[in-house]
Amino acid sequence: MSTWLNDNGPLLFLALLDGTVTAFVLALIALGLSLVFGVMRIVNVAHGELFMLGAVLSWFAFDLTNDPLWGFLTALVLAPVIVGSIAIFSDRFILRKISYHPESTIVATIGLLYVIQQLTLMFFGPEVRPVEAPFYFRIQFPWFGYSGYKLLVAGMSALCLSGVWLLMKRSKLGLYMRATQQDIEIAKTFGVPTQKIYASVFALGGGLAALAGVLVVPIRQADHLMGLEPLLLSFIVVIIGGLGSIRGTIVAAFIIGISDGIISVFYEPTLAKMLATLLVAMVLVLKPGGLYGEDQA
Amino acid sequence: MDHEEEKNASDVTRRSLLGTSAVLAGAGIVGSQLVDPVAKTAFAAGSDEPIRIGFQAHRTGIGTVYGKWYERTTNAAAKYINSIGGIAGRPVEIITEDDGTDPKRGADVVEKLATQHKVDFVYGTLFSHVVMGSAPRAGELKIPYFVVSEGYHVASGKLNRYVFQPCITDVRSQITAVSSWIFGNLGKNVTIIYPDYAFGYDHRDYASAAAAKSGGKIVAKIPIPMTEKSFTRYFIKIPQNTDVIYHVMVGPGVLTFVREMGEHFGSSHPKLFGFIDSLEGVNITSPGLGFLDGSYFWEAMPRYADGYDTIGSRFYRNAVGVNDSGASKSDPKDVSTYSHMFGCWETLFAIKEAVEQSGYKSKKDYGTLIETIEGFSFFNEGIAHPQGSKFFRGETHQGYGQQFVSQVKNGKLNVIHRTSISDGMYEPETDYRKQSL
Amino acid sequence: MRKNSLNHSLLFQGGILMLLFLLQFILPTYHHSSVSKIMLLASYAIGYNFLLGYTGLMSLGHAMFFSSGMYSMGLGIYYLELSPLNGVIFSASFSLMVSLIFGLFALRTSGVSFLIVTLMFGQTFYLSILYFNEFTFGHDGFSLAKYLGSFVIFGKEYLFSNPDIRYNFALLLLTSYLLITTFILLSPVGRILIAIRENESRTQLLGYNVFYYKLFALVLSGTFSGVAGAMHGLLFSYIGTTFAEIHHSISPLLWTLLGGAGTVIGPLFGTGIMYYLIDFISEITKNYLLVVGIVLILMIIWFPLGIMGSVRRKWLKWLP
Repeated sequence: MSTWLNDNGPLLFLALLDGTVTAFVLALIALGLSLVFGVMRIVNVAHGELFMLGAVLSWFAFDLTNDPLWGFLTALVLAPVIVGSIAIFSDRFILRKISYHPESTIVATIGLLYVIQQLTLMFFGPEVRPVEAPFYFRIQFPWFGYSGYKLLVAGMSALCLSGVWLLMKRSKLGLYMRATQQDIEIAKTFGVPTQKIYASVFALGGGLAALAGVLVVPIRQADHLMGLEPLLLSFIVVIIGGLGSIRGTIVAAFIIGISDGIISVFYEPTLAKMLATLLVAMVLVLKPGGLYGEDQA
Repeated sequence: MDHEEEKNASDVTRRSLLGTSAVLAGAGIVGSQLVDPVAKTAFAAGSDEPIRIGFQAHRTGIGTVYGKWYERTTNAAAKYINSIGGIAGRPVEIITEDDGTDPKRGADVVEKLATQHKVDFVYGTLFSHVVMGSAPRAGELKIPYFVVSEGYHVASGKLNRYVFQPCITDVRSQITAVSSWIFGNLGKNVTIIYPDYAFGYDHRDYASAAAAKSGGKIVAKIPIPMTEKSFTRYFIKIPQNTDVIYHVMVGPGVLTFVREMGEHFGSSHPKLFGFIDSLEGVNITSPGLGFLDGSYFWEAMPRYADGYDTIGSRFYRNAVGVNDSGASKSDPKDVSTYSHMFGCWETLFAIKEAVEQSGYKSKKDYGTLIETIEGFSFFNEGIAHPQGSKFFRGETHQGYGQQFVSQVKNGKLNVIHRTSISDGMYEPETDYRKQSL
Repeated sequence: MRKNSLNHSLLFQGGILMLLFLLQFILPTYHHSSVSKIMLLASYAIGYNFLLGYTGLMSLGHAMFFSSGMYSMGLGIYYLELSPLNGVIFSASFSLMVSLIFGLFALRTSGVSFLIVTLMFGQTFYLSILYFNEFTFGHDGFSLAKYLGSFVIFGKEYLFSNPDIRYNFALLLLTSYLLITTFILLSPVGRILIAIRENESRTQLLGYNVFYYKLFALVLSGTFSGVAGAMHGLLFSYIGTTFAEIHHSISPLLWTLLGGAGTVIGPLFGTGIMYYLIDFISEITKNYLLVVGIVLILMIIWFPLGIMGSVRRKWLKWLP
């Protein structure tokens, strides 16, 4: 056992470290979707594209200011606002028109996905473009080095998660949101402006996706096709976590992030992805409602 | 049908490679000083019905960046060919259709080009899975299909008699050519990092074979799935005794790959040898690529003009609108896919040569045209073939050219070694000429 | 009423099929081949619709069934040297088995959880094709053209790549799918399936074992998709992972919803319109997906029931 640890200790340490960072990044990307899904009961298939928009806008900010720090700060403020407005617009002119019907919403947001992706292709181009991190430092462990910015992203993710949690629990908006989530008809009779709540939730979801895009893009890159993978991952995280449960989302992100980290350090990567995907499916088969069912927002 | 002979068709007579490559080396030196003789043909009086070439382009999907440059190169070549009198006195017309970099749409595009646009030839595909998906249709429709893919699919015998890859060296030959240089100059213990799909397996297998020959050793093989976005966890698998990391990554994760490798190793690290496929369309001075300084790359055609300065290559670079650093003249931020797109230019000239030498007039002459190409043994360096002379094997339908090794220094790629064609040769594994037309 | 609607719908479908049969004599080469492909893909969509339209289960993993049929046929012919006919039979049994095993797990879930489970199983299947690439030929796929012989009908020799063979085999597949689906839907089983879609718990209370009916629908849907995949591989001779990717699961969903989920003929319309829309617009602009996106949005706003769904509501109430 101890020789195994000697041989594999660094591997295990890296798997845990990388897995934790992955988990925080996943939770951050999934947060917006979780909110929309929880309160509005709809699946926003364009969520990944909103994330991509955040990343792409971040590149534009970086390109215009020509300074990593100022570009980052500009994007941090502007990207969520712009993307949030796009979300409000989509809510007003598309989703409301189809009365948030679950299946219609899937088709409409697939349409939205294509529109956003293609407009980005037209204005941003097909290239993969890097965005410099606002600051750079490398942490040297005895066996290997690790990016300092990645740890910052994990920290920011934790901040966003607690922010949203506080919003839900402590604010009036949060109260309205929870009321709408539990029963929209009752909420309406109690005078909750559900139409406005829906618009704000959708905007908030979009803004969070964009924020995630801005934070994550320095450790990835920006390109117009980057939305699909985060979409699938956040889907998984949200459903495994359980409908509309932020706690569930976080727990699921950790299960997936760390199991993916460990499995892929010790197995061949494609096999690892297969096992991890199957694991997710089996969790749902065993607990069809997700880890944290309905009422635990 | 003839699948029996397909499965064991390796009883081909051995060519005297030494002789051929000696001739070619000579042709290379002489040819580079000359303007291509074919280029002097004037517009002949004859049919002014255009030669229609269907271009299967990756305008959308993962191949878009390559697709954009393939299209620019193709249009530039067609423009130039028309300015010197077209093909056999007939103007060239390019009809472009998008395949979405998707094999199933690729097959539809071949069909559409052949039966609706009624083109003479289909041409220009890059991604190997699209070639695999499209080639059967070209064979069924019996229309010559010229690919610019660098995959080993054509020469391996997996396709059919209608498919040719005359002007871009296949990946097996590229690896064979540079591997011996790697083991001889960089180190014996090599860790290979490659994408976990066919293109990567070619690298894994042929680099291992080359290692066995030249006394090198592959100490670890690390496959990475195409969709991977984070690479840190793979670097820890690189063994301590590694002298050289041989990396070939494709897809959007490349820049992250390099940056994270830098974060992992810091200042002391094994030597690096990469395939430029990773950085096609990417500026070598992009943020995060500083780690690559001093590392080595395979290039098929040097991105920086001083790397291979011949009359042909200068003319070609100018015609496609690329500056001395390999970026678009109109937008220096728009970096080209210089080690691949020359294949489009050269392939159009190969089609020109084939049409003119076979006396091709219309679709009924396909048989003669194909047999004529199968009789080719090389293409001379010049304006028509700016990357260098090509040795062409009629039995495998594959062309072979020289390769380059460049080092990243002062924010640019500097050529430090040029292989000869014979360095990349291997025994042919098929003979398409035995298939019926 | 039932008899009447069966007659009506048979007449309606018969008319469309007859039209398709006659079309082959006048269509120019390219459209001849496009319509063959549309009929094959529409058969896939009809299989998909059997699950979505009649039990309300939305799947994002049907590419798994399609490709399991395609690969079992292709690999069967390649390794086991099966005849093409046996290849198709083999693929039918294989995709039946895959959908049965899958159904036993996945049907424990419903709604979005079902969506995700299908997605995950689909991805696992896709990754396993990549992982066992030495056996499956991985990402590049392979061509069957060299291993398919010719066959004889009425003393005449044909190849699978013959355009007429392609067209009529595709038409045959489409016809049989339409007929089987219509008959099942108008049978008692079909009524129970629709009852499940409308109100699952009430159907359960009435004493029906909902699970078995859902499993039946899933297995039929999966096998239909698998055989459609096998026929696609046979007639178009390319087998590759592109048919196992998530995009190939989203496609039948879009075709079905566009044509009208829960209408037997809808998927055919959806597939045909989408196919030609992309084909036509991609000639004009490389951003054809932008137009597709806009069309999807407008369609769902104005025709939320899909084309045939709207037609049924307005004019043809008897449409199955």
